[in-house]
Amino acid sequence: MPEAPTRASRQSMPEQAPADRITNFNEVPLGYSTGQALTEASRCLQCKKMPCVAGCPVAVDIPGFIALVKAGDFAAAARKIKETNCLPAVCGRVCPQESQCEALCVLGKKGESVAIGRLERFVADFEREGNLAEKPTVSVPTGRRVAIVGSGPAGLTAAADLARLGHEAHIFEALHEMGGVLVYGIPEFRLPKRILKSEVEALQDLGVTLHTSTVIGKLDTIEDLMTEEGFDAVFVGTGAGLPTFMGIPGENLLGVYSANEFLTRSNLMRAYDFGRTDTPIAHGQRAMVVGGGNVAMDSARTARRLGAQKIILSYRRSREEMPARAEETHHAEEEGIEFHLLTAPVEFRGDENSRLRAALLQKMELGAPDDSGRRRPVPIEGSEYEEPIDVVVIAVGAGANPLISSTTPGLEVNRKGYIVTDEETGATRGDRRHQPPRRLRWRRHSHRLRHGNRGHGRRPEGGGGNGQVSEGGVTSPPGPR
Amino acid sequence: MKTIVAKEEIAPQTYRYVIRHPKLARKRQAGQFVILRMHEGGERVPLTIVDSDPEAGTVTLIFQAVGHSTQELAELGVGDKLLDLAGPLGKPTHIENYGTVCVIGGGYGTAPVLPIATVFKQAGNRMFGIIGARTRDLVILEKELGEICDDLRVATDDGSYGVKGFVTDVLAQLLAEGNKIDFVLAVGPTPMMRAVSVLTKEEGIPCMVSLNPLMIDGTGMCGGCRVEVDGQTKFACVDGPEFDGHLVNYHLLMKRQGAYKHEENMALSVGSHCKIGLDD
Ligand SMILES: Cc1cc2nc3c(=O)[nH]c(=O)nc-3n(C[C@H](O)[C@H](O)[C@H](O)COP(=O)(O)OP(=O)(O)OC[C@H]3O[C@@H](n4cnc5c(N)ncnc54)[C@H](O)[C@@H]3O)c2cc1C
Ligand code: SF4
Ligand code: FES
Repeated sequence: MPEAPTRASRQSMPEQAPADRITNFNEVPLGYSTGQALTEASRCLQCKKMPCVAGCPVAVDIPGFIALVKAGDFAAAARKIKETNCLPAVCGRVCPQESQCEALCVLGKKGESVAIGRLERFVADFEREGNLAEKPTVSVPTGRRVAIVGSGPAGLTAAADLARLGHEAHIFEALHEMGGVLVYGIPEFRLPKRILKSEVEALQDLGVTLHTSTVIGKLDTIEDLMTEEGFDAVFVGTGAGLPTFMGIPGENLLGVYSANEFLTRSNLMRAYDFGRTDTPIAHGQRAMVVGGGNVAMDSARTARRLGAQKIILSYRRSREEMPARAEETHHAEEEGIEFHLLTAPVEFRGDENSRLRAALLQKMELGAPDDSGRRRPVPIEGSEYEEPIDVVVIAVGAGANPLISSTTPGLEVNRKGYIVTDEETGATRGDRRHQPPRRLRWRRHSHRLRHGNRGHGRRPEGGGGNGQVSEGGVTSPPGPR
Repeated sequence: MKTIVAKEEIAPQTYRYVIRHPKLARKRQAGQFVILRMHEGGERVPLTIVDSDPEAGTVTLIFQAVGHSTQELAELGVGDKLLDLAGPLGKPTHIENYGTVCVIGGGYGTAPVLPIATVFKQAGNRMFGIIGARTRDLVILEKELGEICDDLRVATDDGSYGVKGFVTDVLAQLLAEGNKIDFVLAVGPTPMMRAVSVLTKEEGIPCMVSLNPLMIDGTGMCGGCRVEVDGQTKFACVDGPEFDGHLVNYHLLMKRQGAYKHEENMALSVGSHCKIGLDD
């Protein structure tokens, strides 16, 4: 492998200064300049074996697109990415590159992997802002119709791939906007809604039909979709939309939120703009977030922007085990979030009006590793202390929402309520009735999408992740195992 | 789709809307609700489906203009289109032939009672009905419920119509008259449902109530609608909205319903002009 003797160092991304950004909901990282992008691209060694690609859930031709950046043809670079990834502007912003492609980049061994995510974002933004996107080519219509349930990254990706293969794809989304977690969970300051919107619009250009406010399992069941509505197959990409509470006293006090509720109010319903929008949210003075993932960081940083003076993040393990993207943890710290590591709330305390006034936190120490391979937190008896707070956001994970499984007779689910699928094809198991009459040939896509599962499904913030399409029948992304 | 095809003010500030949504009209069952939105930036407003006409492809909603969003909704007229209409949400009412059923509606809570009474009647129950309201003007659906119930009585707080007093006074009276009631279903203001639950518990009569905590998604995703039933946390939008009245923690429900009083008052005082320029 060639070693360039005078390689530039990894280009950092300009961003809003902490003191400014905590007063607004605008995006924090501002993106590379053209010069920075060219410099960063020139660092890539164009490795023959492409180790980085193996780390990418949708197998983007990373050296290929970076070579085009280096050559200054940014639009072509964007097209290259879009061959396998329909959401480059989104992925460039929120994918955990440091544990995927960049983790395998050969330069990473020396601590300075190529900033693949930032380059992806740069070319996607360049294409969008310049209106340079070309209408993608779509195969000859196959006459087959596929219903996609859920419009998160899994559903959007499946729809794009199916549409390109010439199938008629319809997305059914329960909420009033498309995007799943991208629209209701991830805040504006990390993923501006207009960017998601334009990627969703691109799907419409591919001929995908969007149905919002359509709750499958209620308005139509999966069976209805395959009988009354005449779909040949159904793809279930409903995410992990069931909030987890902790089961401790005081959890139903006013001021106690699940992360899903807190973020949905702020993001989907734009409660941060209350007065111009109608959905309220509690603006705490002293907020606490429980958890250590991206969802916890997003919640803490949202509370900061809603005006909380003090924000505590209580995480029951140590910093090393925090599952959040490194960049998000770093941003949270810069914004003055106080990390109370190795602590967990054991009780929430309210006043006479059932309003939250304090949390009782217990200290932890790390014991032997558990199933996840991380060291198990063990409570230290007698270490409890009271922390005065008026808002708490519980961000300790999410589970499988039973809406689909409870209304689809014969669908096999596991102990945690996630749909059981065939490892190879992604097809659901159980009742034969849900197999469609004709079989579709999607093996290639089944492969790609199956690998997609690693992409957006980091535990514990929502599992699900991308999904799978099989040769027929109801298919679903596997839940976190 | 989602167009208002008929509008009627059935009592002061209380409106009946008939809205076009053929599939919803076909699929909804008694006890279920919808969540609607009127404009960008608007709240998601949950309302019970009062009736549907599968042939005409319409559903009927009844609401009282009590808050910011319902007042906005009241400003719409025939031909206007809702931005979003999601449903049917929640579990349908569990229907059984109990023998004799008494349905109780308080204020605009009488509206959700109507579809439930209809199916109880169809299941073969003998039906008692009680409508409660503050005053005569606010008594709604008396004719419709009257057609379903073998015996329908009205109570007003001020005595301007029917019996002077609360619905619980009428229920006690029915029992004192020697009527055997096997099941009670009550929908209305939370204090009313609590009072009915207390009385039926004393009398040993099973009682279901339909709860209306604040909601957002209505699909079990956010947990904002949680209520405590028998010491357990439940999500009203997916586990309910109907629950065993004897087991509901009403104190908590009332507190949680009032969580955003302050913000709601703000929105009401600012009025709707603040939305100019937002409708994109
Ligand atoms: C706040 C937050 C921040 C995150 N940050 C990151 C990050 O930085 N990087 C990262 O890689 N991952 C992150 N994650 C995780 C990532 O967002 C998820 O892994 C990903 O969204 C999963 O995608 P999905 O398509 O499977 O499901 P979702 O995005 O959850 O989408 C599912 C959609 O299906 C809809 N739906 C559910 N049931 C029905 C039904 N019955 N009928 C119709 N529609 C239905 C839901 O309304 C929802 O819109 C984050 C998660 C959260 C919550
Ligand atoms: S591993 Fe790193 S240096 Fe090699 S091709 Fe991939 S991005 Fe370039
Ligand atoms: S309204 Fe969100 S879970 Fe019920």
